[in-house]
Amino acid sequence: MRQRKLLSALFTVAAAGATPAAAEEIGDTVHGAVLFRKECAICHRIGQDARNAVGPRLNGVFGRRAAALADFNYSRAMKRKGNDGLTWTLETLDAYIENPKALVTGTRMSYRGLADPQARADLMAYMRDHSDRPQDIPEAEPTARRNAPVLSEEVLALRGDPEFGAYLSAECTTCHQRDGSDQGIPSIAGWPQEDFVVAMHAYKQKLRPHPVMQMMAGRLSEEEIAALAAFFATLE
Amino acid sequence: MILTRRSLIAGATAATGLLYAPVVLGQGKPKVVVIGGGAGGGTAAHYMARDSQGALDVTLVEANPVYTTCFFSNLYIGGFRDFESLQHGYDKLSAAGVAVVNDTAVAVDRAARTVTLAGGQVLPYDRLVLSPGIEFKPDSVPGWSLEAAEIMPHAYKAGPQTQLLRRMIEAMPQGGVFAMIAPPNPYRCPPGPYERVSMVAHLLKQTNPTAKIIVLDPKDKFSKQALFEEGWGKHYNGMVEWIGPEFGGGAVEVRPDSMEVLVEGTAQKVDCCNVIPAQSAGRIAAIAGLTDESGWAPVHPDSMKSRMDENVWILGDSSAQGDMPKSAFSANSQAKVAAMAIRGELTGSRVFPAKYSNTCWSLLAPDDGIKLGASYQPNGDRIASVENFISNTGEDAALRKLTYEESLGWYAGITADIFG
Repeated sequence: MRQRKLLSALFTVAAAGATPAAAEEIGDTVHGAVLFRKECAICHRIGQDARNAVGPRLNGVFGRRAAALADFNYSRAMKRKGNDGLTWTLETLDAYIENPKALVTGTRMSYRGLADPQARADLMAYMRDHSDRPQDIPEAEPTARRNAPVLSEEVLALRGDPEFGAYLSAECTTCHQRDGSDQGIPSIAGWPQEDFVVAMHAYKQKLRPHPVMQMMAGRLSEEEIAALAAFFATLE
Repeated sequence: MILTRRSLIAGATAATGLLYAPVVLGQGKPKVVVIGGGAGGGTAAHYMARDSQGALDVTLVEANPVYTTCFFSNLYIGGFRDFESLQHGYDKLSAAGVAVVNDTAVAVDRAARTVTLAGGQVLPYDRLVLSPGIEFKPDSVPGWSLEAAEIMPHAYKAGPQTQLLRRMIEAMPQGGVFAMIAPPNPYRCPPGPYERVSMVAHLLKQTNPTAKIIVLDPKDKFSKQALFEEGWGKHYNGMVEWIGPEFGGGAVEVRPDSMEVLVEGTAQKVDCCNVIPAQSAGRIAAIAGLTDESGWAPVHPDSMKSRMDENVWILGDSSAQGDMPKSAFSANSQAKVAAMAIRGELTGSRVFPAKYSNTCWSLLAPDDGIKLGASYQPNGDRIASVENFISNTGEDAALRKLTYEESLGWYAGITADIFG
């Protein structure tokens, strides 16, 4: 219901013709920015110099074909959708954020979905600010993450021992398959090392909620996390 | 055999402090024989073959050409999975370089370092890994025997027994009684009997909603009890009655011929009876003289090596190691430590400190999954729990559904880890 209202609001503006739909009319961008940091920023970057992380960068996502970034390794499911013609619009993105697996079965995006239509509208309003109005991209570091751990430069600079990581990884591969299959449990193969390190420290510091992962990360040392990151980065 | 002495020393000092002397055994490759192709043995064979890249001669002895996992077999009973989905062959392990022998080990000569198989074959070894699961102690339930399992199934080693139990539940008369005789500690899969109760209740709720389930239990409390009891109340209100030792659950006899259960001497007729007896280490561990008075095989916590023979490792249910529950997850976790330690001894590869973990998922009803788990490390003479967690009562449906979906992911992951 809310979704339909949202769309009709958009169409009304579009029909008025002169200007592209302004973000304000989609939702509350300030709230959307908060939601983005809370819900999305663990895996996605947006804004100036945003790069791919666990998920693809989201600058310019509106109007983009699904799985269109050449430098991101999408799931087979997402590539198939892109080939089938899925393009990110207000409508498709709304459905995807509401329930990712309902729109793209087999997506690697391990997100349970955002049920509140107003929250989705706010989030999309924020994301749209980074699509067709680059002048709106804030100068401030856009990747600040509320639930990211505070890590020293030394920790981030640790170079892991991949052979040690290979041994430690055996504990991960009971659930996370080495070949990147993901059914019910996300793939961790091929993650950028820094994202891996940040994610594991976020679990270790109990900033991320999953109890199994908090337990697994809880007893890993900084060197062990670096070793795992070094090993998993080598898996395709 | 290629020795990288620098990495050996670096690994050993950085890690356990144990400096193993690599074995140089004449011309041939070092031989490892693994007995039991489940979560412990399958994983150990897989990892040793894969990680040694041909430097080890790994033989896996497993009676069944196709293995049926005990884990998730309750979901078959509940109608959530078909039987074939529990079955796994050994083709991929063979492709990974494991010599798979479909036979049963009947004797171990630890002095000569050989294993004799039922078919007569004698396998020499440099290192032996035993992961033979469990053996039942029929005397623990007076009146029951392994022969009686055709009438009162245990269904606690997956296979035809699991299918038999499901057929018997389906054949129960309307309003009939299902009885479970639960096992005393320690036993395989602590939440297993109670997940099974949930799955039996789910099956009966659809086809036989007036049926009753009685659980007779010699323990005063059981794994995930609050979660199971909440789930039974929510999904199967009034169907499940749990009777602990205080009310006679610990003093039970069965009469398979008349399908009766005697609780403190009073006979009750039942329509289906699942007897899960007390357990001990798999038979070959006892035959090899590696078990103690507890009936289980004691191991060193930093490697899973037997306390009785430095050339033998014991994995999974059969081992007495400390705090880890007897589960597929535990066996798989222990196997990785053992595989690393054995490779270290035989090929000089690096040895790292042992880390273990376990998580057990259980299904209460459709999309209502729960879990508990812990991480473990060697501590003195035992493996001790470091940190643990458990699902909470009163969790919302979305989280429970995610937990169930996660368990499906775990099954796919661990079976790939074991069987390739």
